[in-house]
Amino acid sequence: MSRCLPLPESMGANVWTLARRELRESLRSRWFLLHTGVFMLLGIAVSFLSASTAGGGGLAGFGRTSAGLANLVTLVVPLMALTAGAGCVASERERGMLAFLLSQPISRFEVIAGKWLGLALALTASICFGFGSCALVISLEGSSERAISMVQLACLSLFLAVGMLGVGVLISVLSPRMSMATGLAIFAWLLFAFVSDLGLMAGTIVWKVSIQSLFVACMVNPLQAFKIWSLDGSGIPLDVLGPVGQYATDHFPRALPWFAAASLSVWGFAPIALAALCFTRRPRP
Amino acid sequence: MIDILDVRMSFGSLHVLRGVSLRVAEGESVALCGTNGAGKSTLMQCITGVHSFRGSIRVGGFDVRTDGKRARRLLGYVPQELAFRDDMRVSEAVRFYAALRGLRSTDVRAVLRPVLLEEHAQARVRALSGGMKQRLALAIALLGDPPMLLLDELSSSLDIEGRESFLRLLMELRGEGRTLVFASHRKEEVAMLADRAMWIVDGALHACAADGSVCVPAPCFACVKSIKEIDDVAMPTTA
Repeated sequence: MSRCLPLPESMGANVWTLARRELRESLRSRWFLLHTGVFMLLGIAVSFLSASTAGGGGLAGFGRTSAGLANLVTLVVPLMALTAGAGCVASERERGMLAFLLSQPISRFEVIAGKWLGLALALTASICFGFGSCALVISLEGSSERAISMVQLACLSLFLAVGMLGVGVLISVLSPRMSMATGLAIFAWLLFAFVSDLGLMAGTIVWKVSIQSLFVACMVNPLQAFKIWSLDGSGIPLDVLGPVGQYATDHFPRALPWFAAASLSVWGFAPIALAALCFTRRPRP
Repeated sequence: MIDILDVRMSFGSLHVLRGVSLRVAEGESVALCGTNGAGKSTLMQCITGVHSFRGSIRVGGFDVRTDGKRARRLLGYVPQELAFRDDMRVSEAVRFYAALRGLRSTDVRAVLRPVLLEEHAQARVRALSGGMKQRLALAIALLGDPPMLLLDELSSSLDIEGRESFLRLLMELRGEGRTLVFASHRKEEVAMLADRAMWIVDGALHACAADGSVCVPAPCFACVKSIKEIDDVAMPTTA
């Protein structure tokens, strides 16, 4: 038997142990590799096409690349983060592994924090691979001076990914089965990525929603907040987003990044905090 | 010592445990018997703090609800359904759970030797048989040398030979003064390992009397006789 001396109870050590395992498992997961591969390939394609059609780079070329990548991120990154988060608790619960894990000398908060951290690190790796490939293509096209903007876009993508990961973990905590968690995660992705856009358009036409309300609705949606912030940060005129973009540029030219930052911060913190609260108070594993 | 006092637990409208009380002394070995779905596994999971319940459970003086980490540090738990990630190596699983138990460094082979899995340290968990997984679960439960062991359906996945060696190992552990609480359907296991047996019938705990009939609903520490005196552990009927 092992007779090693136990370390003093340490929340940080337990969280890190769980995070490392989650990171390792994610990097081995076929779904995660597939999402990362798709993100890399589409990113490279967008970068190559945007840069080459702009005649070898420059501000216009990078702005187009940046806009293309922002659109790509709003589709791929939330899907990746939501499905990864949705699987983390529900799959272990379904296979009976969660009860065994919780019978160890760790707290439920440590379990959820460790899983979240591990998945956040895995998403960071995935985003770094994706943007790294894009940066390589852009630098080969002679646009290496825009590297800082690329890093900025990658950081914003990570911000978005962390928020969506929290939503995924919350779904996972509340779902008794893996199939339900995956279904809800995909539904949430559709809601954020498509339904809200279409809903806003329909609302504008049918109920004559005011432009102020539309702007608020856009800022509440983390994907729209990300898109507005990333385009604004890349120096792209927001009128490409339609009347809401024009309104934002006219009325909040300086406050816009702060609004977007506030929206993404709330999405980054609130869902994971709620997930931790639900998980620690859940009567069963 | 494990102190269980008036524990009640239900899944929705289904009452699984109805006022269970039990005291397990240091070094004592207690068998939990009962039909499938009687509540044995649920009681064990309440002791580990996995399920919430009404009443009180203290392990080594620590309340499993308010001081769960300290209480679980004193417990090694072998579940009925063995659950490991299939693509994990045996050595990875041992190291992972050792780290959660705060062990500074772990000699994986030394951990696996007593359960005869030393040669399988580099095997994937999915390559192990049910019996091997059960032995791996015991090796993990013994990490950090906990003074109390909870074993749910302790030899359910084992063949005859595996069961014999598993029981011998448990006898050794018991001989070292470890407290055992185990659920079992097998009379020979109960007779070999337990100081006393408790029946769970419809979520209530009953102590076995010498003639195999039910004494009174638990707690009933005074009138319980050693299981060694019981020739035949009969399924009790509620009084």
